[in-house]
Amino acid sequence: MSPLPLNPIGALLLTSLLGAAVLALMPNYRWSARVNVAASGLACLWALALFHARPPATTLFIADDLNTIFIALNTLVGFTTSIFSASYIEHELETGRLTPGYLRFYHAMFQLMMFGMNLALTANNIGLMWVAVELATLTTVMMVGIYRSHAALEAAWKYFILGSVGIGLALFGTILVYLAAVTVLGEGMRSMEWTNLLHHASELDPSLLDVAFIFLLLGYGTKVGLAPMHAWLPDAHAEGPTPVSAVLSGLLLNVALYALLRFKMIMSANPGAISVGPLMIVLGLGSLIFASLMLYRRGDIKRLFAYSSIEHMGIIAFAFGMGGPLGNFAGLMQMVMHSLTKSAIFFAVGHIAQAKGTQRISEIRGLTTSHPLLGWTLVAGVVAIAGLPPFGIFMSEFLVLTSTFARAPALAVLAAIGLLLALGALLLRLGSLAFGAPTGSMAPVRATYLPIFAHLALVLIGGIYIPAAMVAWFQNVAVLLK
Amino acid sequence: MSPISLDVAHMFAGGLVLVSFMMLYQDRLPPLINALSLHSLLLGLSVAWQAHIQNAPELYVTAVLAVGLKCILIPMALRRMVVRMGLQREIEVVIGTGITMLIGIGLVALSMDLMLRVTAGSSALVREDVALSLSVVLLGLLMMVTRRNAVSQVIGFMSLENGLILAGTGARGMPLVVEISVAFSVLIAFIVIGIFLFRIRERFDTVDVRALDVMRGEQS
Repeated sequence: MSPLPLNPIGALLLTSLLGAAVLALMPNYRWSARVNVAASGLACLWALALFHARPPATTLFIADDLNTIFIALNTLVGFTTSIFSASYIEHELETGRLTPGYLRFYHAMFQLMMFGMNLALTANNIGLMWVAVELATLTTVMMVGIYRSHAALEAAWKYFILGSVGIGLALFGTILVYLAAVTVLGEGMRSMEWTNLLHHASELDPSLLDVAFIFLLLGYGTKVGLAPMHAWLPDAHAEGPTPVSAVLSGLLLNVALYALLRFKMIMSANPGAISVGPLMIVLGLGSLIFASLMLYRRGDIKRLFAYSSIEHMGIIAFAFGMGGPLGNFAGLMQMVMHSLTKSAIFFAVGHIAQAKGTQRISEIRGLTTSHPLLGWTLVAGVVAIAGLPPFGIFMSEFLVLTSTFARAPALAVLAAIGLLLALGALLLRLGSLAFGAPTGSMAPVRATYLPIFAHLALVLIGGIYIPAAMVAWFQNVAVLLK
Repeated sequence: MSPISLDVAHMFAGGLVLVSFMMLYQDRLPPLINALSLHSLLLGLSVAWQAHIQNAPELYVTAVLAVGLKCILIPMALRRMVVRMGLQREIEVVIGTGITMLIGIGLVALSMDLMLRVTAGSSALVREDVALSLSVVLLGLLMMVTRRNAVSQVIGFMSLENGLILAGTGARGMPLVVEISVAFSVLIAFIVIGIFLFRIRERFDTVDVRALDVMRGEQS
């Protein structure tokens, strides 16, 4: 029995939904930025309440060990992003890139997007999950296009077209899963309930499941940003407002991956179905190596880190594809660390782009001289994302490689080559960005460092010492994932 | 299940595939929009027939939505948009009509072979329905990749959604949540697209997405 008067899942979803409604009606942008922070913070508290008391699974909603981690991460990064966003949009208003009217729309969309993502994470129904992922996608499409510049419109259009194709394929896969279930479980909601599906997974028709998973992998894989379905990702990251880039990389990619993991669990519980591990390994390794090579030729700072997100999603898909308790553990940890680090980097990059008035790497030099605090923060972030010690990503990448090496040395070598390529590219770019003679504006920037420092501190702690309770939790989930 | 109910369902679903082919070779916008109307009308009839034979009255809602929204309202709006933008001229096709049709035939053969093979455990009605709906989905996809014009890409997307609804209604007893949400998502999608189209129009006086392709990633 829950000792709380309210169901945390319901409260979590209601908070974002009410937040969106209130923000849509609020004309004053200063207050709406505050309300946005408050709503995101409240959602974060509800997510923490899930650790304390978890409601039993219903036909529509579920909270288990797996999604509690995702929800906690989602709401935490949502909260810190809303803080960053408050200072970011203030600057955008001053420079006239956004008007108060657009901000009202932006804030309402932000909460609606959080609602969509949390709904997808808490759904126990594969149909509902699909609807929620679609909602989250459509809201981000609107936000990517908000600057209405030539490039922003192209990015939003490309994102929309590729996203809808992905959505369509994922829905077809969902329908096929239902068809496989209906002969065993009977008609109606029961056959879309994830817990039911998992429970009866071994009785479902394996060949139908195989085809269904291919559609789901292509559909949700587009959202994860796996190569070759990644084309929307760099544009959407580069042309939207930076807070949106941070949530896209840090959260939306994870949500799509979470959907895939849920279906992977059903697949691996069915003895006759194809093993999905190799599929994810191929897509993951392909994305990792492809994105690492692409990192070398980036001229735009947000695009650079967008490709780094593809690279990291590749590593995570690879780790989950390898599976096993150790592989899944490494994948989970990599996912958490990547979300925290990448959103911190985007926060820093947002302020840098505002300070220098450009996103072109060639026009940004010597940040540690012109903006010491911002510059060194970026250095720390890039060192973390490149997988260097003492940060958490080093630990998780190390785990991915060692667990792979024991089982498939050739794959581990390929993965290591990809990681080293990415490391080289990131350090190369970092050298010119952070050091040397400074160029561009030297004017001090009004920045909010709190979210960046909080994220980097968590990543640093993850690299040095992870609390035993958390290790136990992750291990538990890793076993659940098979 | 009586053979006649299977035949009628088969006829409607096959008709959808046929209209999808018609859309592939329409190279001007007004007839393409008419084809979309016809496509949605057939979908509405097909869904209504499914509602009748499955004894699932809630499916009539989906049928009415398909006819009302996608057969009448949206094509009307698209027509108005096309006239206002003066787009009655020829639309460009990236690859030739003949090759597109051949690829389309290949896709239909592929989806038939694949779906009939894996759905061996289901009833004949479901098998035909899913196989034909995958054909419609793939033809919609093909249309989206072969067209350069924003309006025809949108139409391709809507025919793809029609295929998805066909699959959803063919799966017996699939909860209504999904149908409503699909219909709803089409509406949302349309609003999104509408906004985008108007913004594009506002800025560039064109809806040819090639005009947006200047950036093409980036030059480093």
